[in-house]
Amino acid sequence: MTTNAAKLMKGNEAIAEAAIRAGCQAYFGYPITPQNEIPDYMAKWLPKAGGVFLQAESELAAINMVYGAAGAGSRVMTSSSSPGISLMQEGLSYIACAELPCVVINMVRSGPGLGGILPAQSDYFQAVKGGGHGDYKLLVLAPATVQEAVDITYASFQLAEKYRNPVMILGDGLLGQMMESVTLPKVESPPSPPDWATTGRQKGKPRIINSLYIEGDVMEKRNQHIFAKYAHMAEDEVRFEKYHTDGARLLVAAYGSTARIAKTAIDRARAEGIPVGLFRPISLYPFPNDALRKAAAEARVVLTLEMSMGQMVDDVRLSLEGRVPVVFYGRTGGVVPTPKEILKELHRVWENRA
Amino acid sequence: MRQVTAKPKALTNAPFHYCPGCTHGIIHRLLAETLDEFGLTENAIGIASVGCSVFAYDYFNCDMQQAAHGRAPAVATGIKRVRPQNFVFTYQGDGDLGSIGIGETIHAANRGENITIIFVNNAVYGMTGGQMAPTTLLGQKSSTTPTGRSIGEHGYPLPVSELLQALPGAAYVARTTVTSPSQIRITKRALAQAFQAQIQGRGLGLVEILSTCPVNWHMDPVEALTFINEEMVAQFPLGVFKDFDEEVARDGK
Ligand SMILES: Cc1ncc(C[n+]2csc(CCOP(=O)(O)OP(=O)(O)O)c2C)c(N)n1
Ligand code: SF4
Repeated sequence: MTTNAAKLMKGNEAIAEAAIRAGCQAYFGYPITPQNEIPDYMAKWLPKAGGVFLQAESELAAINMVYGAAGAGSRVMTSSSSPGISLMQEGLSYIACAELPCVVINMVRSGPGLGGILPAQSDYFQAVKGGGHGDYKLLVLAPATVQEAVDITYASFQLAEKYRNPVMILGDGLLGQMMESVTLPKVESPPSPPDWATTGRQKGKPRIINSLYIEGDVMEKRNQHIFAKYAHMAEDEVRFEKYHTDGARLLVAAYGSTARIAKTAIDRARAEGIPVGLFRPISLYPFPNDALRKAAAEARVVLTLEMSMGQMVDDVRLSLEGRVPVVFYGRTGGVVPTPKEILKELHRVWENRA
Repeated sequence: MRQVTAKPKALTNAPFHYCPGCTHGIIHRLLAETLDEFGLTENAIGIASVGCSVFAYDYFNCDMQQAAHGRAPAVATGIKRVRPQNFVFTYQGDGDLGSIGIGETIHAANRGENITIIFVNNAVYGMTGGQMAPTTLLGQKSSTTPTGRSIGEHGYPLPVSELLQALPGAAYVARTTVTSPSQIRITKRALAQAFQAQIQGRGLGLVEILSTCPVNWHMDPVEALTFINEEMVAQFPLGVFKDFDEEVARDGK
């Protein structure tokens, strides 16, 4: 079954295939553009691989089906896009508190409101700051290419299980719709359900999946325990890419599709003599604070580029703690910046540096 | 001396926190006895909902999951789909099942999920202090209908069993109460048949049990039982609304 030959695949389908190969046993979801190829692919192929596919009546139901299946020890995922992910926030908060592993794909579209179906990065805050109520975070990974989306999806199930926490893969319509050549990983079988999972207690003690802690000190301990895991994540799960950052006097910070477009502009700017580099966070939570500080060590100015009105730029500023001026350029509403306009912005920022 | 009764194995030793005269406790016991009698305590996965019965996960001696308000049928669906070999049940109040979770309930029933729902209808929101529930009777006072529920303002009491009866995926639907020994026996039989629906893979089984909330009804326990028998039953008639096993339905009458 293992095929290592490169294949041309659409981002959404490649993600679905990578999930099946990672041993995903169940998928619950509700249709929404621009990620419909994921449930379509899962409906066709997951049952053939021995898994469960179910179209839920809403995203509310879908994420709670994920909760149930994860609590029963199954490798499980869902996928959606912005409005649907908003509806899942309640469930994600419960899942994080109950310490259940699951994978959530978010192919972000423009908003607020019903917004549009075009690519956007305007759900960064929702993804990395928790999103639902209470003290919790998701482990958030943002691929920039279809191959990276495959590799990250494949790894995400084990990451979710390692931390017993939801992992969100934050993409956008560009990544989902783009066709690229990918090498697919080998098929992995899922592990047997862990001891804590509700599988029928047999002769043992009852297992309880729960997020209710009525006493303040017990709830506080729970939060501290959850945040101790996040401290571990910050040690072990930080991912980023550096592109010409050595000696960069102008540093661009961008993630996902925007980073990819920025690279083209950066190549041209460098050819024109601007000492510019790119820092691309791949793990958005935990955010690569130290690595960004190092990459910006010689920078006179940092330009954050996003397809939003400016969200990650806050984390960039927090990382750099005022050491370097941070400026922002963004397109939003589904408008994708062109390499040409980014190049223009690079010139403007470089010429106006302090 | 001969022992005629004992605590069901499907209940833990945790003391119930329910108010005096509340029939949640009787319903817990009946459910536990049924789990034991079917030999399912070690196999079952139960789902506690949000409401006065939220701590059900401490009371049932089987694997349990606690679900968000109204989402128990979705959680049960997720579990049953990945573990069809387990017996899966939910325990939900009328606010949980009939209001915030009516969508999950209807769709789980319509998909014919092989799960069993124990639906406790006490005509109010018990846990949050006696607000109007979808099942609050016309004219009934609650903390959010201080002059009584009116059709014009609040609409009609929601007939959950009658609604679900219409769905082909619902295999067994019955409404019972626990206000007398004979009603308790009827409830026990209904639970057994709802269990059978799941065991035989026939679809969703639901037993709606009319239950007391003396505290929020501002009644003593005896008055509360009378309120069920005289007022609630008039609005919510008892009986088997649907039985996958037509013969049992006929014989049972
Ligand atoms: C999303 C959400 N909304 C509201 C609440 C508050 N709440 C807790 S219990 C409850 C009502 C439960 O009533 P019911 O289901 O009838 O059960 P009972 O307490 O009467 O047994 C509400 C509204 C909540 N926990 N979660
Ligand atoms: S508030 Fe009502 S439903 Fe809740 S335990 Fe007390 S009597 Fe029972």
